[in-house]
Amino acid sequence: MTYNLDVTKEHCPMTFVKTKIELNKLRKGDILNVKVIAGEPLENVPRSATEQGFNVLSVTETATPGIYNIEIEK
Amino acid sequence: MNFTEDQIIRYSRHILLQDVGVDGQEKISKGKVLIVGAGGLGAPVAFYLAAAGVGTIGIIDGDVVDLSNLQRQIIHFTQDVDKPKVLSAKEKISQLNPDVNVITYQTLLSSENAPEIINDYDFVVDGTDNFPVKFLINDACVIAGKPFSHGGILRFDGQTLTHVPGTACYRCLFHAPPPPNAVPTCSQAGVLGAIAGMLGTIQAAEVLKYLTGVGELLTNKLLSFNAKTMEFRTIKTKRSEKCPVCGSNPTITQLVDYAQAACEIKTKR
Ligand SMILES: [Zn+2]
Repeated sequence: MTYNLDVTKEHCPMTFVKTKIELNKLRKGDILNVKVIAGEPLENVPRSATEQGFNVLSVTETATPGIYNIEIEK
Repeated sequence: MNFTEDQIIRYSRHILLQDVGVDGQEKISKGKVLIVGAGGLGAPVAFYLAAAGVGTIGIIDGDVVDLSNLQRQIIHFTQDVDKPKVLSAKEKISQLNPDVNVITYQTLLSSENAPEIINDYDFVVDGTDNFPVKFLINDACVIAGKPFSHGGILRFDGQTLTHVPGTACYRCLFHAPPPPNAVPTCSQAGVLGAIAGMLGTIQAAEVLKYLTGVGELLTNKLLSFNAKTMEFRTIKTKRSEKCPVCGSNPTITQLVDYAQAACEIKTKR
């Protein structure tokens, strides 16, 4: 299953806290698409996700400039 | 358990930890911990467990706050002098974290009330300053199969161990209480205030490790430190077959109240 999460309104470290809480609800193999803004969140969320054993599949800019999508597999 | 938005923010630094996370914080929030003594050790233990969001904190202490306590018992403030310690502690805990359910017992732990009180908790913290109650906590917890943290401070020294069923207990290492008045307590010998915080926070960390299952507890070990040299030592121990309470043929199967040193009963300062 694929799920979506928007943390563009959050600041670090709540961006990853929210991501982690969402991932916690998913099953292994599920995908979570996390929308983040450029800058700190774009650097921290994929790095923290990788550190904590999740699989970052892709990081791509969305149609909205400055907003990125991080595809994370649990 | 579903955390509210405020709880997610409050506990975010725990949730961020890979070893704790949402599941670990849930375990902390469901935890029930009894703190025996709202003094030098009980104060930092209560503060950190409250901050961590431990669901239920029980505090047992029969004393009122004395001016001489404030040098180290950081949960009590100047305005609390003459107030029962359990009430003073409960007020601070509720201000720090209203999520915590605080249960107070304004009495001394005794052989009479110990089994019933301890029974309601997952973990017991010894924050007392006298040997009779330390042995009582040990025996009551061993007999009830409850894990506990022993802690003791004097002058510049502190020591602590954690017991879970099957590991060395306090009595395995220290057979029986010293005779009354043979060993000074910190009310006579003095104590550097900050070491209460050093030891109490170690005990609080042990509680959080126990509740979350993270890491290795201080079981079958005795940690001691001296603040003058700031050296820490960990001695390996093991359960003694001959221990009178947890050994193969225990001679202590019922709780006893040892005589307290006269000065502990009479003097406040
Ligand atoms: Zn023993």
